[in-house]
Amino acid sequence: MLEAFLSKNLVTQGFGKTDRKDAWWWEQVFTVVALTVFGLYGVYRAFENGFYEVGPYLSPFYSPNLKALFPQAFDWFQLSPAFLILWAPLGFRGTCYFYRRTYYRAIFNDPPACAVDKPKQGLLRPLADYTGETLFPFILQNFHRYFLYVALVLVAFHWVHAFQSIFWDGQIGFGVGSLIVWLDTILLTLYVFSCHSLRHLIGGKLNTFTGGIFSRIAYFKWFNQTKLNQEHWLYAWVSLFTVGLCDLYIRLVANGTITDWNTWGLDWSGVGCLH
Amino acid sequence: MMMSLGVVDREFHVFRGLPDADGEHIGEVKSFTVPVQPGWVVLDALLYLQAHNAPDLAIRWNCKAAKCGSCAAEINGLPSLMCKTRLDHMPLDKPVLVRPMRTFPLIKDLVTDVSWNYEINKRITPFTPYNDDQSTWRYFQEDADRVQEFRKCIECFLCQNSCHVIRHHRKFNHFAGPRFLVRLASLEMHPLDVADRIPFIKEEAGIGLCNITKCCTERCPEDIRITDNAIIPLKERVVDRYYDPITMLLHKIGIK
Ligand code: SF4
Ligand code: SF4
Ligand code: FES
Repeated sequence: MLEAFLSKNLVTQGFGKTDRKDAWWWEQVFTVVALTVFGLYGVYRAFENGFYEVGPYLSPFYSPNLKALFPQAFDWFQLSPAFLILWAPLGFRGTCYFYRRTYYRAIFNDPPACAVDKPKQGLLRPLADYTGETLFPFILQNFHRYFLYVALVLVAFHWVHAFQSIFWDGQIGFGVGSLIVWLDTILLTLYVFSCHSLRHLIGGKLNTFTGGIFSRIAYFKWFNQTKLNQEHWLYAWVSLFTVGLCDLYIRLVANGTITDWNTWGLDWSGVGCLH
Repeated sequence: MMMSLGVVDREFHVFRGLPDADGEHIGEVKSFTVPVQPGWVVLDALLYLQAHNAPDLAIRWNCKAAKCGSCAAEINGLPSLMCKTRLDHMPLDKPVLVRPMRTFPLIKDLVTDVSWNYEINKRITPFTPYNDDQSTWRYFQEDADRVQEFRKCIECFLCQNSCHVIRHHRKFNHFAGPRFLVRLASLEMHPLDVADRIPFIKEEAGIGLCNITKCCTERCPEDIRITDNAIIPLKERVVDRYYDPITMLLHKIGIK
C-alpha cells in the first residue's frame, strides 16, 4: 500500500460529515441528554445528604450507608455518606464495556456514529492524535474487573435492602416503594451479572471446555451468561433509569411530596430524615 | 396489488475517479438512470450500467452471493456489500449513492487497494496444534462452535473500512483492525492451538487502540459479533497478562 496514504493522521471533512441518509444522530442526542440529566440529578442528590431513607426504604444512592453501619469508623467523614459509596457504581459503569462504547461515541465523537466524520482538530478535538485505550486515563479501563468485584458486593447489599423493604415493625408487607426497590434490585443484578469481564472470568478465558468436570461447569456458566451478556446494553440503560426512579420515589415520599401506598396502612410521607 | 412488479426507472449516483499520487480518491459522483427490475441488488444495477452506459466502470465482484467478499463499497454512506443490498429496501424517490470504501487507496471508480490487509495477515502466527498427529485431535462440539462463528468471515474488509481507528486515523502501521482481531481470537481460543499470541495482540495488533465502539460489528455482513465475541475476550486476556496484578502473579508462578 502507498506510504503516503498510510501516513496521514486525522482524515475528516468536519464534524458530522457523512453520506449516510438515516437518522444516525439520534443515539448521540439521546445519550448526551440521558447522561446529563442523570449526572446532574446524581450530583445534586449526593450533595443533598437527606431524604434518602423513609419507612423500610433506602435510596440506592446511599446503599449501603457506611456511616450508619459503622458510625465510629466513619466518624471523621463529614460529607454526605453518598460519597463513601458512589465511586463504586460510578467506576463500574464508567469502565463498563457498554458505557465505554456509548460515551466514546456520544461525548468524545470517536466516532460520532459509524461512517460519520469526526471533528477537526480544535475545540471539540484538542488532540490531533488518537491513542484509544493505550494511555492514561483510558488505560485504566483495563481494571474494570476490580470494579466488578465491588459491584458484586453492592448487589448483595441491594438484596438485603430489597428484603428489608418488605418488613416493617416485624411485619411482612409491601408498598409501592418495595415494588420499585425490587425492580431496581433485579435490574441492577441483571446488569452486573451480564458484565463482559464476568463472562471472561467464569469461563471465557478457557480455550477448551473439554477437560473434565471443571471445564464442563465453566462451559455451563459461560454459555448461559453469554445469553445475559447479549442484552448487557439493555440492562445498562434500564438499570440506570430504575436507580434514578427508585431514588426519586424515596426522595418524594421522604420530603412529603407524595404518599407511599402500602399494606401496613402507614403514612410516612414527609418523615424522611434530613441530617 | 401489494407492490409494482414492473421495471422502475431509478436514479444512481456513482463515484467515478482515479487516485492521485498518494492513493487519495480523486473524482466525482456521476448521475445515471437505470431501469431496475424487481428483486435487484445494487450490484445488478451497476452491472447494467457497465453493460449499457459506462463500459469502463470499474467494479470488483465474483460470487454475487455474499460469499466471496469482493464487492464491498459504501451505499448511501453505509459500508455494505453491493450484492447483498436490495434496492427495494431503499426509498424509491431518492437516488442511490455508491462510493468506494473510503479507508483504502483507490485503484479506480469503486475498486480500492486492500492489499494492506494481506500484509497484516502474514504477520499472524498460524494455527499451531499441540501435535501433528491429526488422528489424536479430539474436542467437544462446544469448542468448535465458539470458533466456528469467526470462520464465517468472508474477508470483505467492511469492518476494517468502518473502523474509525483506520478510517479516520489511518493507524495502518499500529493496528491490525477488527478482521484480524477476529482471526487472532479464532486461533487463541482454538482448543488444539498452543501458540501464544497475547504479546502480539497487545503490541503489534494494537488492541488497545480499539475503543469498542462496535462499528465493525454493525457493518459485518456475516453478522459476526466481532466486538463482543472476539475483541472484548482478547482485551480481557491482555488484562490477565499485563494489567491485573493477581492474574499476572498466577501466570508468573505457572498457574494459568
Ligand atoms: S469496535 Fe474496535 S475494531 Fe471495531 S470498529 Fe470500533 S474501534 Fe474498530
Ligand atoms: S469480520 Fe465481517 S466485516 Fe470483517 S472482513 Fe469478515 S465478514 Fe467482512
Ligand atoms: S460479489 Fe461476492 S460478496 Fe458480493
